[in-house]
Amino acid sequence: MKIRENVVKIGLCSTALMAVAALFIVVAYVFFNGAGIINLNFLLESPYRFEYGGIFPQIIGSLCLVGICLFFAVPLGVASAIYLVEYAPDNIVTASVRFFVGCLAGIPSIVIGLFGLVFLVYRLGLGISMLSGGLTLGFMILPWTVRASEEAIKTVPHSYMEASLALGASKWQSIYGVILKSAYPGIITGILLGMGKAMGETAVVLLTAGSGLESFLPQSILDPVASLPVYIYMLATQGHTEASYSRAFGASLVLITMFLIISLFAMFLRNRYITRNSGF
Amino acid sequence: MEKMNIEWIIEKLLFISAISSSFIVFFIIIFMLHEGIPALAIGWDFFFGMDWSPSNNQFGIFPIVVSTFVVGIGALLTAAFVGIPAAVYLAEFSPRWVHSIVKPCVEMLVGIPSIVLGFFGLMVLIPLIRDSLGGWGECILAGWIILAIMTLPHVISISEDSIHAVPKAFKEASVALGATELQTIRKVILPNSRSGILASLILGMGNAIGETMAVLMVIGNPNIPWIPSSILEPVSVLTSVIVIGINYAVWGSMHQHALFAIGIVLFAIVAILNAITTAVIRKGVSR
Repeated sequence: MKIRENVVKIGLCSTALMAVAALFIVVAYVFFNGAGIINLNFLLESPYRFEYGGIFPQIIGSLCLVGICLFFAVPLGVASAIYLVEYAPDNIVTASVRFFVGCLAGIPSIVIGLFGLVFLVYRLGLGISMLSGGLTLGFMILPWTVRASEEAIKTVPHSYMEASLALGASKWQSIYGVILKSAYPGIITGILLGMGKAMGETAVVLLTAGSGLESFLPQSILDPVASLPVYIYMLATQGHTEASYSRAFGASLVLITMFLIISLFAMFLRNRYITRNSGF
Repeated sequence: MEKMNIEWIIEKLLFISAISSSFIVFFIIIFMLHEGIPALAIGWDFFFGMDWSPSNNQFGIFPIVVSTFVVGIGALLTAAFVGIPAAVYLAEFSPRWVHSIVKPCVEMLVGIPSIVLGFFGLMVLIPLIRDSLGGWGECILAGWIILAIMTLPHVISISEDSIHAVPKAFKEASVALGATELQTIRKVILPNSRSGILASLILGMGNAIGETMAVLMVIGNPNIPWIPSSILEPVSVLTSVIVIGINYAVWGSMHQHALFAIGIVLFAIVAILNAITTAVIRKGVSR
């Protein structure tokens, strides 16, 4: 009986290890195949065809896209969250806003990409551009920003708000000076997670922002822009040579590293937030 | 009075933000329908037509829908096969130090961009399948494995949470009655966390069906999709047909309308799966 229990336990343990192994195998494989090609030139030069040059425009393009995406999604998402938590009356309008924001989270990214293509690129005439791509990414992460900000604002104790109101501050002064000050690490964690999501997203950017192989830096927000995920996609599916595959691994490694830095930062903020709040 | 005005303006501004956040969904639905309706209007031949061949004006998506479900359900079963035992282990047996290593790793797995995972699949999995099992290499099986890796973190996290949510008293009562730990898990813990586990699986399937890049790179995407008869055959799924087709579709042609109609079908499938998830969770809570 005891032996059987142990066998089952080992079996269960090995499934958990499989999940960990999947992570390590993927990351290690990308690392060993990509590390060799990364040097200063690779990071700071422009690409030339599939096999030559570096990925500088792709890195900058990805950062610009994420910047526009955050510029759109963060103010709108945080404002919506403040309204939903602090102001919203309990009526059908509020309920439907919550419902639709939930819906938006459930829409597959490719559908949001198609919407960006027809609405921003064609209907509004923004063309295949950094602005179209950034805004479409913004639509994609908006529900996550709203949800994360809502959670963060909800964790601020009621007594803070009451104390501030009792001291004569108006409602908005209390929200701005007290609630947001206490909730900001949580909000920033949510934003960083959304940022990671936007940075790795391929389908949306492929449809709305550019072909990924652009070898120039965008001069305006209406220019097409290269990005790391689309560059990897192009090299992987159309390169067909060792050199292009190894560049794709290099670009993957850069992308994973950027993502890792963002997640570590988010984790750091979350931990700081937890210790600070439990300190009271 | 001045102060009241500012308060009033701010409240209205926040209200407008909240409303516009939800209006995006309306816009998406309206624009998708507007572009997709000409193809949806084909009706029977669109939904149940067996031939997808845009150059011959044939837009039957039935084989693509079937392939999508085959890939989605298979990925989910693969993820469940690994994820549920892993969740049981993490919730019930794992020593603290193991838990503190495994859990962050599982969470990190979500962070691997889907394009990188797809590229890994293309470079590693496909040659492996081609050499060991034969066929093209790019096939349903590869899609299952890659999508399973992507959905695994969700399945493990939500299942673990729902196992934790089973009251401790249930477990203690069962052990006090003389049941072994494993019997307790099988007869008490798992039945009681069933709804949470089920919800995680349905949600995972929604994610798997909506996933684009990773799956696109490993399943082969034949130009003329057919209903697969073996897991070593290449297939096309809804998302991959959109991405590959959108480059070739002339704007305003029936091909373009059909691709948007596929987007609507995809949206509908994922929305239904999400609604089922919510219903399952609600039922579990009320119980």
